Amino acid sequence: MSANSRPAHGEHPTREALRMFARSPVAVVGFALLGAIVALALLGPMLMPADPFDIVAAPLSPPSFQEALLGTDQQGRDVLTGIVHGGRATLAVGLSAALVSVLIGITVGAIAGFFGGTIDEILMRVTEFFQVLPALLFSMVLVTLFTPTLMTIALSIGAVSWTATARLTRAEFLKLKELDFVAAEHVIGAGKGRIIWGVILPNALPPLIVSATFAIGTAILFEASLSFLGLGDPNRMSWGLMIGSSRSYILSSWWAVTFPGCMIFLTVLAVSLIGDGLNDALNPKLRERR
Amino acid sequence: MTAAGLLRIEGLSVEFGSGDNLARVLNDVAFEMKPRETLGIVGESGCGKSMTALAIMRLVPNPPGRISAGRIVLGGEDLLQATDARMRDIRGNRIAMIFQEPMTSLNPVFTVGSQIAESLTLHLGLSGAAARARGVELLKAVGIPSPEQRFDAYPHQLSGGMRQRVMIAMAIACEPELLIADEPTTALDVTVQAQIFDLLRSIQQARGMGLILITHDMGVIAEMTDRVVVMYGGRVVEQGATRDVLARPAHPYTRGLVACVPTLEMDGDGEPADLPEIPGVVPSIWELQTGCPFADRCNVVLPWCRQEMPAATLIGVAHWVACWQRQEGRP
Ligand SMILES: Nc1ncnc2c1ncn2[C@@H]1O[C@H](COP(=O)(O)OP(=O)(O)OP(=O)(O)O)[C@@H](O)[C@H]1O
Ligand SMILES: [Mg+2]
Repeated sequence: MSANSRPAHGEHPTREALRMFARSPVAVVGFALLGAIVALALLGPMLMPADPFDIVAAPLSPPSFQEALLGTDQQGRDVLTGIVHGGRATLAVGLSAALVSVLIGITVGAIAGFFGGTIDEILMRVTEFFQVLPALLFSMVLVTLFTPTLMTIALSIGAVSWTATARLTRAEFLKLKELDFVAAEHVIGAGKGRIIWGVILPNALPPLIVSATFAIGTAILFEASLSFLGLGDPNRMSWGLMIGSSRSYILSSWWAVTFPGCMIFLTVLAVSLIGDGLNDALNPKLRERR
Repeated sequence: MTAAGLLRIEGLSVEFGSGDNLARVLNDVAFEMKPRETLGIVGESGCGKSMTALAIMRLVPNPPGRISAGRIVLGGEDLLQATDARMRDIRGNRIAMIFQEPMTSLNPVFTVGSQIAESLTLHLGLSGAAARARGVELLKAVGIPSPEQRFDAYPHQLSGGMRQRVMIAMAIACEPELLIADEPTTALDVTVQAQIFDLLRSIQQARGMGLILITHDMGVIAEMTDRVVVMYGGRVVEQGATRDVLARPAHPYTRGLVACVPTLEMDGDGEPADLPEIPGVVPSIWELQTGCPFADRCNVVLPWCRQEMPAATLIGVAHWVACWQRQEGRP
């Protein structure tokens, strides 16, 4: 197994994609940015153990070095502590909502694309139904039906945002299922489940990984929208909740909304940059290998 | 012969579409194979060679295709009556198949070793070190140098000839009784073609498999096969021992093929020649014709050839032809 004796084109596809990813400046910036945000969310609360719901100063105090570095909101809560503590909830909702959306999307798309015919017809009608549904409104309905917790918020965001992944997966499956190596798999007697999940899906992964990355960004924005409309979990500090609770004071006290807004913006930007980088690294590779 | 047979196909018909779009892609195909025999299927593009192979595997794309009639008996068991689970058990285990295009027949995201091991796991319950050991053994058996290393290689790291060897290793992994090779060398260089045929022949002899070899090339038929089935327009027009058919071709279509055999080995540009030009075109499968499919191109056509398909007539030892020229009388 002398890796260095192999010709360059014989490099493992995954490793080559990683190398291309690491070479793209956009991807590296996105990765560094997201790394910093994740580190802040994970480690910050330990460094600033204060309760983000505690009142520390007069309501709506502007940023100052004496009291609150980034100011306080309309209840006198520290914006900086809120930002440090709110990252976990925002990222957790973003990740789990994206996971839910990708899982539903891949399952629906894979089954539709693989089986075709009536099954495809029905699943695609369902997908269209969810696609024309006003997503924000529908997830608002879902969240209000259940109590808004991180879990129900993630589920309701996932439940309205899977259609693009489903279409992408279906298209990949339609293309891949005709290929010889899939026929070869039928020929050795492999079952349908194994062919769907173990043979076709791994080949469809590159574009799906890219789409899953973008799904995280979308889900974070979604969570912010829900919180802004007052449908977030009121007991967990999140950036969306901070914006939502201070939204009436945006003109008089810009800091209470702007700082958490910047965090959301930076996070979504980082995720999109990574998605772009992955797209560049994975897609040309995909075309070259077929 | 029936009892000791390996494979017997009777009245096999495959249809695509329905109503006005009905196309009968295979029509009343019948032939038999003995164990250890090499059977060639020859005929021009679109005559149904691959479809016959897929039907034996019961992998005719459905929809739109379906096996509409017939029996496919493997060692006494009618495959057309078998359950799906039983068929999965048979595929890869008792019947194996290799395709024309080795470049695309292997999954690009997994190592060749894991793909060979899959069949072993599926049918023989081997996994881990046992599957690896057996896989390396198979790679060695198909003549792949340094099989230990190749086991962990990805398909794109191997040449076309190597990949076809890997496909053969996968196919013989479970010691099948029957191996179907559908134009296994069309995509390869001439020198590599000869090597692959040598390999197929030695493996077949060593393991006592039946081999169905699908090809366009009468030279390959002459060199490799014991018996030959000549297909035209979805029908078997002639079949018999290869040397009988080559020496005394009875169907006008076979005669056209055989006429060119001596020059078939290589033509001017070093490529093996394709089937010789026979005037006319293959009839569209979309027109369901009643008569002989070859009638429009036949140089000895009789008035009633277009009305009714002649039955297969025995004209020698296990040598059949479906041609009105060789029938007593007329319909
Ligand atoms: N999905 C399909 N729908 C309709 N007709 C089909 C389909 N697949 C194959 N056919 C038809 O079945 C016939 C037989 O095809 P088959 O692939 O068996 O030919 P072949 O003898 O293997 O040709 P080749 O030498 O080119 O491989 C062809 O006329 C083809 O048009
Ligand atoms: Mg074919």
